[in-house]
Amino acid sequence: MSKSYYDPSDLRKFGEITEWSEELGKKFFDYYGKVFEEGALSAREKSLIALAVSHVVKCPYCIDAYTKDGLQRGITKEEMMEAVHAGAAIESGATLVHGVQMMNKYKKLSM
Amino acid sequence: MKLKSLKYRKDDLSSPANQLEYLSNGIFKEKELPYFKDKIAQTGHFPLKPKKLEILQINLGYMCNQVCGHCHVDAGPDRKEIMTRETMHQCLDVIKTTGAHTLDLTGGAPEMNPDFRWFVEEASKAGIRDFIVRSNLTIILANKKYHDLPEFFKKHNVHVVSSLPFYKREKTDKQRGSGVFDKSIKALQMLNKVGYAQEGSNLKLDLVYNPSGAFLPTDQAAMENDFKLALKEDFDIDFNNLFAITNLPISRFLEYLIASENYEDYMYALVEAYNPAAVDNLMCTNTISVSWDGWLYDCDFNQMLELKVKSKVKHISEYNEDLLNDREIVISQHCYGCTAGAGSSCQGSVA
Repeated sequence: MSKSYYDPSDLRKFGEITEWSEELGKKFFDYYGKVFEEGALSAREKSLIALAVSHVVKCPYCIDAYTKDGLQRGITKEEMMEAVHAGAAIESGATLVHGVQMMNKYKKLSM
Repeated sequence: MKLKSLKYRKDDLSSPANQLEYLSNGIFKEKELPYFKDKIAQTGHFPLKPKKLEILQINLGYMCNQVCGHCHVDAGPDRKEIMTRETMHQCLDVIKTTGAHTLDLTGGAPEMNPDFRWFVEEASKAGIRDFIVRSNLTIILANKKYHDLPEFFKKHNVHVVSSLPFYKREKTDKQRGSGVFDKSIKALQMLNKVGYAQEGSNLKLDLVYNPSGAFLPTDQAAMENDFKLALKEDFDIDFNNLFAITNLPISRFLEYLIASENYEDYMYALVEAYNPAAVDNLMCTNTISVSWDGWLYDCDFNQMLELKVKSKVKHISEYNEDLLNDREIVISQHCYGCTAGAGSSCQGSVA
């Protein structure tokens, strides 16, 4: 057993989760595969969304996977970084919008 | 410092035997990944046999004006292997009688062979249906004596297939050397100007895309669309088709994979993407590759690994298509490069 929580080579073993719960694992991977097919959104657009979300949920496996996926699709590093910023902006916005709650509470408690 | 060939640097990987050993050790020897032979056996493709011969690919020499980081030929200005006129005569004898419909000249930069033009003139008389020259584009601008190559190609109705790793400067120059992108763009414009890839013209100009790093190409059609839009908008360039080619883990690309610690991940990616449908259409099943010194191989990659055809006939001087068609194709782990995803060949995706 590895002494670190994250091992890059574990990504290759992702499919193995199906071994301990075949039905749910299979359903998940079928769903996952379907989500990233061409649809109303292009596979390229979905790849960029996935990259942004990977950063927001801070998943190192996902970041590795979708950086590579982007390179394969010819997505430029400028596009990738803008996607990361889009994710980061929503994440920081989500924090900052709670500032309104703080302000509300402050005002309520203050004379 | 400018990159030199592995051979010039006397690097261990300049030896094909060492490359093959590397590709059979480690993750393969430890059975983390299956040998190519076992993998294709699982899908009923072993032994791999040729189908009808369609393409005769002739390598005119390893000399090149460029030293690309990913080159499977280990080509460069310091390589002196060049096909002689005597071997060309032997090739012409075969070209006149072959059942193949496509003649494919490659290198190095084939144009640097001093007998290149003579050979093209002679070969074009044989009336082969599709006559390809693989040009790196920059050669056209490398020296005054090459400036008229577009006209020369046009005169002999040569189908030009050119490498352009990406439609943006940065990635192209990183892989192929500084300034390569601008020169390639200029050369493409020159080819367009004499009629290549123009409406109503029969002159064909195809581009080759190969990833500039340790990742695989994806959808060839989507990539072709991106290239077409970008090259038209930015440089008013037209071309016919884009061939997406996977980098095979040999020679300088293998060196890069090892040095950047990407080798294992890359091999895993190739094996994971194994596609039996691609095996059905592998280029080694319809191609014979001839080296600068006349030896015969199943493909250009096997040529660089010095894996000669497994046949009684091993040299162009003793060429016999029936005997050759009965051979078993020589394989190793590098072959996973051609069976990944949509497959890969000198003509792009195959599945």
